[in-house]
Amino acid sequence: MKQIDTRGLSCPQPIILVLDEIRNGKDEFDVVMDSEASCENVKRLLTKNNLEFDVKENSDHTVYYVKR
Amino acid sequence: MKNFFSTKSGIIVVGAVIGVAAAILQKLGNPPNMGLCIACFERDIAGALGLHRAGVVQYIRPEIIGILLGSFLISLTFKEFKPRSGSSSIIRFFLGFFAMIGALVFLGCPWRAFLRLAGGDLNAIIGILGLVFGIFIGTVFIRKGYDLGRSMPSQKKAAGYIMPIVMAALLLMLIFQFKPILFSEKGPGAMHAPLYISLIAGLIIGGLAQRSRFCTMGSIRDIIIVKDFHLFSGVAAFAISAFIMNIIFGQFKTGFTGQPVAHDLHLWNFLGMILSGLAFALAGGCPGRQLILSGEGDTDAAIFVFGMFAGAAFSHNFSIASSPKGIGTFGAYGTIIGIIFCLIIGFSMIQKRKV
Repeated sequence: MKQIDTRGLSCPQPIILVLDEIRNGKDEFDVVMDSEASCENVKRLLTKNNLEFDVKENSDHTVYYVKR
Repeated sequence: MKNFFSTKSGIIVVGAVIGVAAAILQKLGNPPNMGLCIACFERDIAGALGLHRAGVVQYIRPEIIGILLGSFLISLTFKEFKPRSGSSSIIRFFLGFFAMIGALVFLGCPWRAFLRLAGGDLNAIIGILGLVFGIFIGTVFIRKGYDLGRSMPSQKKAAGYIMPIVMAALLLMLIFQFKPILFSEKGPGAMHAPLYISLIAGLIIGGLAQRSRFCTMGSIRDIIIVKDFHLFSGVAAFAISAFIMNIIFGQFKTGFTGQPVAHDLHLWNFLGMILSGLAFALAGGCPGRQLILSGEGDTDAAIFVFGMFAGAAFSHNFSIASSPKGIGTFGAYGTIIGIIFCLIIGFSMIQKRKV
């Protein structure tokens, strides 16, 4: 499955990468984030695009499994 | 844990609190239409440290200290304090440097641009248009693949504590009126709210801004890139609440001319803010947000902040900064060189995206 790793990226790179995938991809994908701010931003973007996702929180990062 | 301040109502509350705080700080002594201004206040700190010798703008502003320490303490509390580094630090230094030059040609950072508007200064409209245009140019680069690269988490936490310690040191120098520190005897630098009120206001604002990710540049950028009005609702609440408080306090006076700590050279208000907006967009945050990130342990943001201090020093030492009389002798050169620098960085940091 395609994975978008946003760890260490500054604003708005995580959003740009996820937006690209939403527009150009067809399949499910994962997003890996290491900051709360990124999590909130990506969550807002996914919700806005009516995409559902599962959340897995690890010690130093969070993963959203985005369904299509 | 659900973070209320990251919700739509949350960011509106935060914006409103900051706007009200700005108006109150002005009422209590801060300069007119400058209840809060990150750029101006960092410039005042640079002056207090003797990095520039513009005698009217020298004071250690407790608001800056408070905002950074507020972010530091709240990010520690919520386990968001994560020391990190390594994302094009030197470029960020000069983005901060030129962002400050642009801000001092216009006479205000984006926060103050909205506060000037809320105080009736119509020149702010020109500045905000420049800001939007500068951010727009930034988004064009971002969409083409502009990226300053990843930061890496620091193995040890030490790096993240440096900025908070610098702020604590500044606070001690202020409280004990440390001899070498320069304090303005007249001009905007001599106008300030009581120390502890400024400090507490800063702490509250820093904490709230950290939780809500309040960012003036981001608010406009997100509208342009993803038509997301989330952050903008906070900035709008900020401007509107300051406006209402200004009316209540009798601090509102509309017009282009005779505005406090402002000039009405439209071209340079516009170009100065284009420079600032572009530099903030390329660095990923407005000056307030850079302080907040520094407090969270983002040392690249801290380097941007130091770039702003350096930019302030150069602005005044090299007659780049404006005054109510107009732009400085070399203000035009500083602005143009800054815009060229940002464009070169924009083009040269475009990377092919590997998805």
